[in-house]
Amino acid sequence: MSNLKSIFVLFCLVAGLVSPALAQSDTESLRSLVDALAKGKYAETEQQIGALVATGDPAVAPALQALGAGDLYFRKSDGQVFIAEKDGKRFTLTDPLTLEVEGDAGKREIKKIKVNNKLRRVIRSALGSLTLMAADPNVRVAAAEAIFKAQDPAGIDALETALAAETDDNVRLVMEQARAAAVLNSDLEEAQKLAAVETLSEMGNREALSLLIGVRSNSEGAVRDAANHAVEKIEKSIAAWNTAQNVWYGVSLGSVLLLAAIGLAITFGVMGVINMAHGEMVMIGAYTTFVVQEIIRTSAPGLFDYSLFIALPLAFLTAGLIGIAIERGVIRWLYGRPLETLLATWGISLILQQAVRSVFGPTNREVGNPDWMSGAFELGQMTITFNRMWIVVFALLVFAGLMLVLKKTPFGLYTRAVTQNRRMAASMGIRTPWIDALTFGLGSGIAGIAGVALSQIDNVSPNLGQGYIIDSFMVVVFGGVGNLWGTLVGAMTLGVVNKFLEPYAGAVLGKIFVLVFIILFIQKRPRGLFALKGRAVEA
Amino acid sequence: MKNTLTKLALAGLMASTMIGSAVAQEDTIKVGVLHSLSGTMAISETTLKDVMLMLIEEQNKNGGLLGKQLEAVVVDPASDWPLFAEKARELIEVNEVDAVFGAWTSVSRKSVLPVFEELNSLLFYPVQYEGEESQRNVFYTGAAPNQQAIPAVDYLMNEEGVERWVLAGTDYVYPRTTNKILEAYLKSKGVAEEDIMINYTPFGHSDWQTIVSDIKTFGSAGKKTAVVSTINGDANVPFYKELANAGIKAEDIPVVAFSVGEEELAGLDTGPLVGHLAAWNYFQSADTDANAEFIDAWHAFIGDEERVTNDPMEAHFIGFNMWVEAVEKAGTTDPDAVIDSIVGVSVPNLTGGYSAMMPNHHITKPVLIGEIQDDGQFETVWETSGLVIGDAWSDYLEGSKDLISDWRAPMSCGNFNTVTGKCGGSGS
Repeated sequence: MSNLKSIFVLFCLVAGLVSPALAQSDTESLRSLVDALAKGKYAETEQQIGALVATGDPAVAPALQALGAGDLYFRKSDGQVFIAEKDGKRFTLTDPLTLEVEGDAGKREIKKIKVNNKLRRVIRSALGSLTLMAADPNVRVAAAEAIFKAQDPAGIDALETALAAETDDNVRLVMEQARAAAVLNSDLEEAQKLAAVETLSEMGNREALSLLIGVRSNSEGAVRDAANHAVEKIEKSIAAWNTAQNVWYGVSLGSVLLLAAIGLAITFGVMGVINMAHGEMVMIGAYTTFVVQEIIRTSAPGLFDYSLFIALPLAFLTAGLIGIAIERGVIRWLYGRPLETLLATWGISLILQQAVRSVFGPTNREVGNPDWMSGAFELGQMTITFNRMWIVVFALLVFAGLMLVLKKTPFGLYTRAVTQNRRMAASMGIRTPWIDALTFGLGSGIAGIAGVALSQIDNVSPNLGQGYIIDSFMVVVFGGVGNLWGTLVGAMTLGVVNKFLEPYAGAVLGKIFVLVFIILFIQKRPRGLFALKGRAVEA
Repeated sequence: MKNTLTKLALAGLMASTMIGSAVAQEDTIKVGVLHSLSGTMAISETTLKDVMLMLIEEQNKNGGLLGKQLEAVVVDPASDWPLFAEKARELIEVNEVDAVFGAWTSVSRKSVLPVFEELNSLLFYPVQYEGEESQRNVFYTGAAPNQQAIPAVDYLMNEEGVERWVLAGTDYVYPRTTNKILEAYLKSKGVAEEDIMINYTPFGHSDWQTIVSDIKTFGSAGKKTAVVSTINGDANVPFYKELANAGIKAEDIPVVAFSVGEEELAGLDTGPLVGHLAAWNYFQSADTDANAEFIDAWHAFIGDEERVTNDPMEAHFIGFNMWVEAVEKAGTTDPDAVIDSIVGVSVPNLTGGYSAMMPNHHITKPVLIGEIQDDGQFETVWETSGLVIGDAWSDYLEGSKDLISDWRAPMSCGNFNTVTGKCGGSGS
């Protein structure tokens, strides 16, 4: 739908440019060109695109845009080309030139005009020169960026005209950069090229670097020296940013570890139960998200952006209730027998996996990213993806929330009392079996909401939990059993160490090194980073 | 959902009662299905079990084989490689099956090889693999590297003008061997050492930030760059999600994958991935009557219109029909007779041609390059003009380029060295 919207935006600005009388007479000749897109293979389509662009008429932009997006179809009966939008079982047909709705068609009555990567590139650069004068600054920026990528010297004239009319400074900058890129690929004189190298050198990002390396190997004399100088400068600044980028990756990996481990820090760390089914609680949270999104898709598509907020409490409840059921049904009979707990919970994890496999099928399920979780933004030379950023924020919020519950609520007080001295707590009138069940439920529920977050970056499959269980235990043991702060510091340390090792040692060796490091560390400090002190430890 | 459940229950029932009824019903031909129904690989292999049950059911509707009904014997090796060997032995010795269709990962195939050799039975292996193997009792109906990897690289080189290559894979035998072959091939085409980056990740890798950013950096060296991915199984979804979020577009750095099919894409929003590529011998989008029929039969069998079909399913379709035809030709299910009669058998594939079993126990296939579409399907953008013969021994590796395989008498050898003129070359 957003495609169609942007096409309409395009149209509106296009309509302003072409005088109505002219448009009338041109439409027919344009239509024959547009209809020709439906014929022939990729090579012919490429020529047809060329012919359309050669008209220089912005009225062809919507058709090209739809072609690139795969929305351009032709009607099998008469070969006429339409922009088709799926509307339920049928397609709504829009005329690509007048942008008026021309009725609808079934799936078998129309056929999509095929495009491949090469055509998409051609279309992108063609659209660049056609939409440089658009009213919407975002469209102008996109157009300039397309010319930048295509490095098409033919775009220089259009860019200069556009630059002369441009008032927005940001757009100007992008256009100048695009012009520089195009100039470097042209036969213009040296002085122009040197200025272009300077512009790119100031741009200073990877795209500029990529272009300049190409220039360095393809040119001579002063331009080559200037390019070389600029490449060295950019490489130096990117190397510095890389360190920052690694730290960010580490924090992001650490926050995923923290989410996965924090529930375990309660059940294992605080209660001392080795819960091998912890990963499956994460999986159940992820599947809850899937079910929520599925219901939203079918009955209330407008709520999709809020699906994660709806899923959070439900995942907490589902996983928490299953956790309580496991505690009441199995684990409470096994307190003080770690080996048997381990085996029993491992069995439960297999049962849960197979149950999910039977109900939802063995294949991956699609959990979509809401708009605010998709894409990335640039911070200097770092790319930060929104989903990772929100997961870091979310992990810290969960941590803070959990701390608050344990330190400031009566339930937290009881929990701490029971774990520190069960018999004394019982004598004070605390119903310890209920506290056990609720604490276990809390740990499992936290794992469930971790599943909501992890569904955004990982597979939603029955095996989801298995990938996290080893890492979670590693974090809890490393951080120090029974201490939530230890889990936080442990997760972040392991994340950052892992990410700094990875570029040098590779992902496989990096993981091994981290494991060896933890084993050695545990030899030195058997109780982990933050050891509990005092009499409680011995109990 | 209820349908799947009943079907699962039925399949389980069938599997368990079959062992009991085996003695009573001597007049059936038994077919073993050796696919993991639990554990890591269940995600891919369960579908293949279902497709085998469907093929056997259809064959029975059409009058069975040699006047007898076929019976499926399903076992679950649970993604546990040594268990594959045990279950294979159980199928052959206890259930007395006449042929086995199964295995997915190379390591599971390697684990069952000695069993099939020792007990002289037949295995049809439906998945693309790294080659460097030809065994008398095994029929490789998936693609060898020259039927998938090499044409894909050719496509990128010629059509997209790629000059810089990232070979990214999961750390096990298939990606490592394939990448070794590709590296040798690229160098033979004049690609410099520094224009190739090789990267391995563990199974189920989920944090792709560093690698995706490495790819971005590697791609910003002024030359057109592409990623050749042999990343397997579960790790693909987070990889593609990271690619999409990092804004790597197919027009700039295309990714061509050898292990990503319709089934893997089912767990993904493919909108941001449009244009990334995969090389296979079959796509669900193949526009032929045979394929439309197969898809309809599959949807009717599984009771779910949303389920997709993929390349290994077609491989089972071809392999099963080849076995049926070879048994009819030999007039018996005796493995030795079938091994002799199956070479040269040619059956229709689903992309509008015929696939034939070659003397090296590999089959002929068309190679298709497809681009991911926003509906989770692939659109074929290029295909080989004819069929490609599966090559067991790569021509680009030292120690393997002199080997050929021919299981017909009198040679009957899986690794004949054309230089020394002896069977037993230097491979296994």
